[in-house]
Amino acid sequence: MTTLNPDVLRADFPILAREVNGKPLAYLDNAASTQHPRVVIEAVAEFYRAHYANVRRGLYTLSEEATATYEEARDKVAAFIHAPDRRGVIFTRNTTEGINLVAYAWGRANVERGDRIVVTEMEHHSNLVPWQLLAREVGAELAFVSVTGDGVLDLESLDRLLKGPVKLVAFTHLSNVLGTLNPAQEIVARAHAAGALALVDAAQSVPRLPVDVRALDCDFLAFSGHKMCGPTGASVLYGRPALLEEMPPFLTGGGMIRRVGRTEASWDDLPWKFEAGTPAIAEVVGLGAAVDYLSAVGMEAVWAHEQDLTAYALERLAEVPGVCVIGPPAQAGGRSSLPPPHAGGRGGVIAFIVESIHPHDLAQVLDGEGVAIRAGLHCAQPLHERLGLMATARASVYLYNTRQEIDRLVEGIRTAQRLFLGG
Amino acid sequence: MESLYREHILDHYRHPRNQGTLDDADISYQLDNEVCGDVVRLDVRLQDGRVSEAKFSGHGCVISTASASMLTEEILGKTVDELKALRDEDVFKMLGITLQPVRARCGLLPLRVLQGGLAHLEETS
Repeated sequence: MTTLNPDVLRADFPILAREVNGKPLAYLDNAASTQHPRVVIEAVAEFYRAHYANVRRGLYTLSEEATATYEEARDKVAAFIHAPDRRGVIFTRNTTEGINLVAYAWGRANVERGDRIVVTEMEHHSNLVPWQLLAREVGAELAFVSVTGDGVLDLESLDRLLKGPVKLVAFTHLSNVLGTLNPAQEIVARAHAAGALALVDAAQSVPRLPVDVRALDCDFLAFSGHKMCGPTGASVLYGRPALLEEMPPFLTGGGMIRRVGRTEASWDDLPWKFEAGTPAIAEVVGLGAAVDYLSAVGMEAVWAHEQDLTAYALERLAEVPGVCVIGPPAQAGGRSSLPPPHAGGRGGVIAFIVESIHPHDLAQVLDGEGVAIRAGLHCAQPLHERLGLMATARASVYLYNTRQEIDRLVEGIRTAQRLFLGG
Repeated sequence: MESLYREHILDHYRHPRNQGTLDDADISYQLDNEVCGDVVRLDVRLQDGRVSEAKFSGHGCVISTASASMLTEEILGKTVDELKALRDEDVFKMLGITLQPVRARCGLLPLRVLQGGLAHLEETS
């Protein structure tokens, strides 16, 4: 396996050379969004400079070029997640839109009164609120797989919930707060054995580790391009083509139709049936470039680097009195016989609290040191309530982060402690 | 940047004034900042149409705590009409700093609580 040298990769990311408040930027909010390598910025700029036109309708050279480049990005994404069929790769604005697409198009057609939808206690609001609305609208039950005190899923509670009229299990692959990598393959297998479909919120996993939708055997999987070096507005919903064929469309209007009469219309083939209106063309092209970049680095290497940095960060944070990390320890295993990363474990999304210092104040002091972290509820309020936490600070690493930046995080925490607690 | 945490703000954070609750307060109101989970409650007692006592409780960051602490001092002796006239700028003046939008939500939370309490007072009286 190739290893990754973040000091070399950093040079690919222009923004990492800038200073913030007179200090070099240490960007540790990668779970929210990642920065962009020059090749992605250039791919978007070059597309606008030389090839831009609307896609799929124009009969002129530019539109043909734009369409070809746009569709080429789809093939790159399909290969990246090992999708067996490009028709199952739908471009969306973000993970939230992908999950809403399933909740509206599949959910309204398939979930009925008395059915059960299973989610987990560690979901991001985007994989919770769409199911709340669906459940309320059709009279279905929304049930939660519990999270243990160590921040891993209690699979026995999943098994209990699966003994019932379950239509769907929707769960996060890698928690955006706890960093927990859930044993997705096993959860999908159990859902299928119970006759339910499985949707994977892969917003934090696809950017960080090799993900193979065939191996996972999931029915739907959603992720965001902007969390994996791509532009905003270009994200992906993968779905089994056979399911997508059966589903009614989500958004309707331009681009997704075959024929429109005065009172009725028919739909285009997959994947375009689910891409209504002019898509984020240049951004999708940028996502294609991001996929090329990550593939060249190698996702095994990305994950290995993240494992190394995570272990180092947890070790350094443990040295600071008053710091408490939320979530499983490094290398924590799921309860599975599958090899890592499918067995579970932990990614580089590290939420923590510092005794007597509000996360907002900590983030503010760290910003003064050039260190960017997130503070708050991270779109996971029910999880925070479950763990009895008001709010947390969160540092999340990516392929360009270094051990020196973790050291600066730790130093910044000590600075905040001196400022607020004295001593 | 750390000028945000000026000494008088840190002083109000470390030694909050008027922390606690009041039984039978004339104005009693609470709000959450849903972004960060901060909670601020204000209890205000009126005597002869003026604030005679004010207490705050809840939990929050340095900015929201200091703002609540200062506000309980600021409003003492004020009439209900004077309370209604309080604006965001008055809070920034009181804190002595300008806040970026995200932190402004922390700093203004106590004022929002007061405004909510005043609206409630109007509805019920």
